[in-house]
Amino acid sequence: MTPMVDLFALLLTFFMLTTSFRPQEATIIDTPSSISEKVNPDKNVITILVGKDDKVYLNFDNGSDTSVLVRKEVLKKFAEQYNLKFSDKEIKFFTTGASFGMPADKIKAWLDTPDSKDREKFQTGIPMDSTDNQLNMWIRLIRVQSPNAEVAIKGDAEADFKTVKHVMDILQDNKVNKFNLTTNLTKDEAKLD
Amino acid sequence: MAEIIQAEGKQKGGKKKAKKFSTHIDMTPMVDLMCLLITFFMLTTAFSKPKAMEITMPERDDSTQQKDRPLVQANRTINILISGNDKIYYYFGVADPKLPLPQLVLTNYSKDGIRKMLLKRNLTVFKAVRELRDKVIRGDEVMADSTLSRKIKELKKSDKNAPIILIKADEKAKYKNLVDIIDEMAICNIASYAVVDIAPIELQMIAGTAVSAAPAKK
Repeated sequence: MTPMVDLFALLLTFFMLTTSFRPQEATIIDTPSSISEKVNPDKNVITILVGKDDKVYLNFDNGSDTSVLVRKEVLKKFAEQYNLKFSDKEIKFFTTGASFGMPADKIKAWLDTPDSKDREKFQTGIPMDSTDNQLNMWIRLIRVQSPNAEVAIKGDAEADFKTVKHVMDILQDNKVNKFNLTTNLTKDEAKLD
Repeated sequence: MAEIIQAEGKQKGGKKKAKKFSTHIDMTPMVDLMCLLITFFMLTTAFSKPKAMEITMPERDDSTQQKDRPLVQANRTINILISGNDKIYYYFGVADPKLPLPQLVLTNYSKDGIRKMLLKRNLTVFKAVRELRDKVIRGDEVMADSTLSRKIKELKKSDKNAPIILIKADEKAKYKNLVDIIDEMAICNIASYAVVDIAPIELQMIAGTAVSAAPAKK
């Protein structure tokens, strides 16, 4: 019995040291259900999350080309547009694919906070009103870096259609006309009686 | 691995000896079983990935004039209006304030509601697609998945009287309502549908304040 317990202890230590946690999503989203069986793309995809409170968050990956870190490039270009300066440490943290959503002036503060609980307080949503359409800027810069990325809209079932329509309008302004709406699978069939 | 040992107590001049209890439970079979179960679940669990519903919107070109847009045949058109509180209405044809307004029907998302109406109008296409799918499942016809989806697309296009659905949502509609109605399009095998902007006359029809300029028919 003792050697087996030794082995379990070794395995446990191994996993404790090598596990890296998945970055926490900006908000909890309850997607609606549909019969669609197409699998949600998980590589080379721009995900726009629409929370229950109609706040909009963004997530995109570093692209299929491993020599170019798309998130890094996009952050640099975004910083130029809004006159922000990011240190190398902050840029490095940004490239780990976490979903985020805050106005441009809060990004630096979000990247600087070490504690994950305090960090969540900054996730107030990306502004997308006509006076300050930051979502438009993000999408434009991401599309320049990875033009073949698909767009997935992960919306909460209770989100207003108005908000999702606004997101779709911004996407169409950027010449994206095909979207994937993330849903849960349910089986439903029409029966003729 | 349990052992209960009661130490012998020294008793002054006592003739009695304290009894030694020794309970030994062998846990090896249980641990074996747990090991097997863990290995089984480690190998057979597959995480369910989220699914995606594809939707394509027509190009939004602000320069396209109203008259340049392709006209849809009014007798094939069904307009579905979705509103808050899971309310859904539909009407046939066109809502032109200069003509008598069509009847707005309130329905719901259950299978007796909007689906019943859609199936009735789309019966030919629905039956044809379902027959084809059943044939492939039964094995009467063998084809690749891509061939099957291509044939279903062709079937959908073939019926010239199939309904054209225009989906319009007002401010109070929830995202779930939109996903549900697009799902119904897929369930009922509707060939052509589009999400368009709602017209002011339709907002009035929902509110019940629509007034037609045409004189009331006697």
